[in-house]
Amino acid sequence: MSTTTPTRPSTEAEAPASQGSGDGRMLRLGAVGGDWLDRRVSGAGLLRFMGRKIFPDHWSFMFGEVALYSFVVLLISGTYLTMFFVPSMDEVVYNGIYAPLQGAHVSKAYESTLHISFEVKGGLLFRQMHHWSCLVFMVAIFVHMFRVFFTGAFRKPRELNWLVGFALMVLGMVAGFTGYSLPDDVLSGNGLRVVDGLMKGIPIVGTYISMLLFGGEFPGHDIIPRFFTIHILLVPAAILGLIAIHMVMLVLHKHTQYPGPGRTERNVVGFPVFPVYAAKAGGFFFLVFGIITLISATTAINAIWIYGPYDPSPVSAGSQPDWYMLWTDGGLRLIPGWEFTIFGYTVSLNILLPIVVYGGLLVFLALYPFIEQWVTGDDREHHLLDLPYNAPVRTGIGVAWLSEYLILAMAATNDLIALKLRLSINDLTWTFRIAFFLAPIIVFYVTKRLCIAMQRQKRDLALHGEETSKVVRMEDGQMLEIHEPLNEFDRWVLVQHDDYRPLKAGKGVSSLRAAATSFFFKDRVAPVAPSELREALEHAGHERHRIDELTGGDYTTPDARRH
Amino acid sequence: MKALAARRHHPLAFVVILLLALAATGGLYAAFQPRDAQAESYSQDDVDAGKDLFLANCASCHGTNAQGMQDKSGATLGPSLIGVGAAAVDFQVGTGRMPMQNSGAQAWRKAPQMNDEQTRQLAAYVSSLGPGPSVPDEDQLDASKADLENGGNVFRVNCAMCHNAGGAGGALTRGKFAPPLQGVESKHIYEAMETGPQNMPVFNDDNISAKDKRDVVSYLGALEENGSPGGISLGSFGPVTEGLYAWTIVLSLLVGCAVWLGAKAK
Repeated sequence: MSTTTPTRPSTEAEAPASQGSGDGRMLRLGAVGGDWLDRRVSGAGLLRFMGRKIFPDHWSFMFGEVALYSFVVLLISGTYLTMFFVPSMDEVVYNGIYAPLQGAHVSKAYESTLHISFEVKGGLLFRQMHHWSCLVFMVAIFVHMFRVFFTGAFRKPRELNWLVGFALMVLGMVAGFTGYSLPDDVLSGNGLRVVDGLMKGIPIVGTYISMLLFGGEFPGHDIIPRFFTIHILLVPAAILGLIAIHMVMLVLHKHTQYPGPGRTERNVVGFPVFPVYAAKAGGFFFLVFGIITLISATTAINAIWIYGPYDPSPVSAGSQPDWYMLWTDGGLRLIPGWEFTIFGYTVSLNILLPIVVYGGLLVFLALYPFIEQWVTGDDREHHLLDLPYNAPVRTGIGVAWLSEYLILAMAATNDLIALKLRLSINDLTWTFRIAFFLAPIIVFYVTKRLCIAMQRQKRDLALHGEETSKVVRMEDGQMLEIHEPLNEFDRWVLVQHDDYRPLKAGKGVSSLRAAATSFFFKDRVAPVAPSELREALEHAGHERHRIDELTGGDYTTPDARRH
Repeated sequence: MKALAARRHHPLAFVVILLLALAATGGLYAAFQPRDAQAESYSQDDVDAGKDLFLANCASCHGTNAQGMQDKSGATLGPSLIGVGAAAVDFQVGTGRMPMQNSGAQAWRKAPQMNDEQTRQLAAYVSSLGPGPSVPDEDQLDASKADLENGGNVFRVNCAMCHNAGGAGGALTRGKFAPPLQGVESKHIYEAMETGPQNMPVFNDDNISAKDKRDVVSYLGALEENGSPGGISLGSFGPVTEGLYAWTIVLSLLVGCAVWLGAKAK
């Protein structure tokens, strides 16, 4: 057994005094060490507060953690890479061990990336870990964000934290894009060229913005050192700061919980951080780390030696950005080549319209909590989550947003889909163009109706209980099915949700808001009212009584009785 | 020699010298001309056997004299094969594209229907119809003489925009496509460059020199030999397949762990 604790200073004099039973000695040492530390930094109160903090348990709450842990992997692997990466566009002749490129004129950035991949010990593994953890980071942010969306966890008091999370998602995209551009291979150079084109598409100021970013004509000699600073300093610092704010707000607001017996808006039912979540989160960190390492050790990502050193002339077939940027490429592939000239300036609608669409989708997502709050006029705090089917319009809007996002992302992969599914790329493009306008509407309507159907089914279940498929024919010929009533715990989840109604215009309600509430709530399924439930239970009891009288309480079928 | 010398002023001597000179020039030209047009020699038996195979397997679209055929509306059923050379036959028949499986946007690669001998006989017949590019010889494909760096550069600039930088293939318009180059023999890639099959442009020696072509096929060979140092290559399709992998395999692993940890609490 070890006789030291991490916090214990090396004062040997105290050690002999604690010779005794092993556990007691450990505790005393811990207490002495903790006390020594507490007298200097007085963290005990905070530690006690954090240790006793209660968090609810549900697997869907863990994606934020996945994002956090993959960010830690990003920092660790990124630090290793910075030791070997040379952020310079100076030209050198490649002389490393990768034979097919020996003698090629490449930038130092590209050369050092090849060096990391082929000659630095563990270099390729770290590169792949850095890239895979980036993909996992963005996947986790997305899943986490839509968990929050569909369960209504963004409602008061968490609107600001939603915005912080949204900013983290956007910063993740910036971090990913700047990092993807650093190796200076053909693929990343093509990505930069698209960004250059997007900027130049902005009327009047576009060319100036491009000149400022690239330090002259594309690609110039400045972009990689600049992106390097943004990628390893500015963006990670901003992400770290926002994560800190995100976590502090999480502690202040307390975690949301799914509805259930004993769970109210004023409590949190779960386990304390110490020891349960400290152990779980610690374990989960290593699981995430392990999974990312496993994937990175077995699966190749971004083989820059195949793409070759950047040169503005080649563009490979199947050139796409990383998945989280795919949707920004999709719009460019779908839009017809519309542009016109005014006073000698070319207005490129084929660039501007997609930018407007992208901006619109993002702004809508960011502002959704405020839009919904304005519609419902609900000023209460919400710590109990909505089950997605209890908010049919919100769920429909979320799924419609995702369908639009997915169509844009798939449009960016139209060539690969055409190649692998043996389809015509022209037909695919037209399909996506039409789907861009129709799919969100259809998806919204179908999702909303499915949610309403589920609400009705749950409502019936709460009132009448489970159908047992056992039917009794009464003496007068009436057929009655035996229902097994729900227990009170299960019923609670089905009857607890909020109810909003459409408003009429007038009396301080604008006609716009009236229309909005009608859009949201006109098809509402009213929650079970107490009187309704009482009546249903009475009716069920009466029916049960008649069945029991007839059968003598024996519900086995005549067939089963014979055996 | 006296007899010759005595007749050197004969009126016909001039004609004889002219004939000799012409024969020498022609002979020398024939000896030193670029041998590209007909490197392999085929026997008359090969040509005859090839003609029989052609009539049985190819003539229904290409015509009994390989002159090509059109349907009533003027659309091509099969193009003329006069002058396409042995290389075109070796590529199309050797990779199974011809005889064509079914008509469509483009002929698909399949297991070859003709064996090597039959392919050679067909090539002999078609090359007997008119001069065209021949099947490349070993020297033209010799990777040990190739400059891989140049090959990579030529490939990225001229080929990768359709065939993908990793040779994974790519889509063209209306269901046409540039097929994957992974697992294709060097000589077939070389022949494709020379003859421009399907929707591919012709890269003859004026566009891409024979040396560059050798570099390109050697570079592709080296790519294949190097394999994927990072692990599973996911088809060399780049970020899309990587993203799909992250959303499916990696995410399921993570969800599995999350559910497992959540379940342990109960």
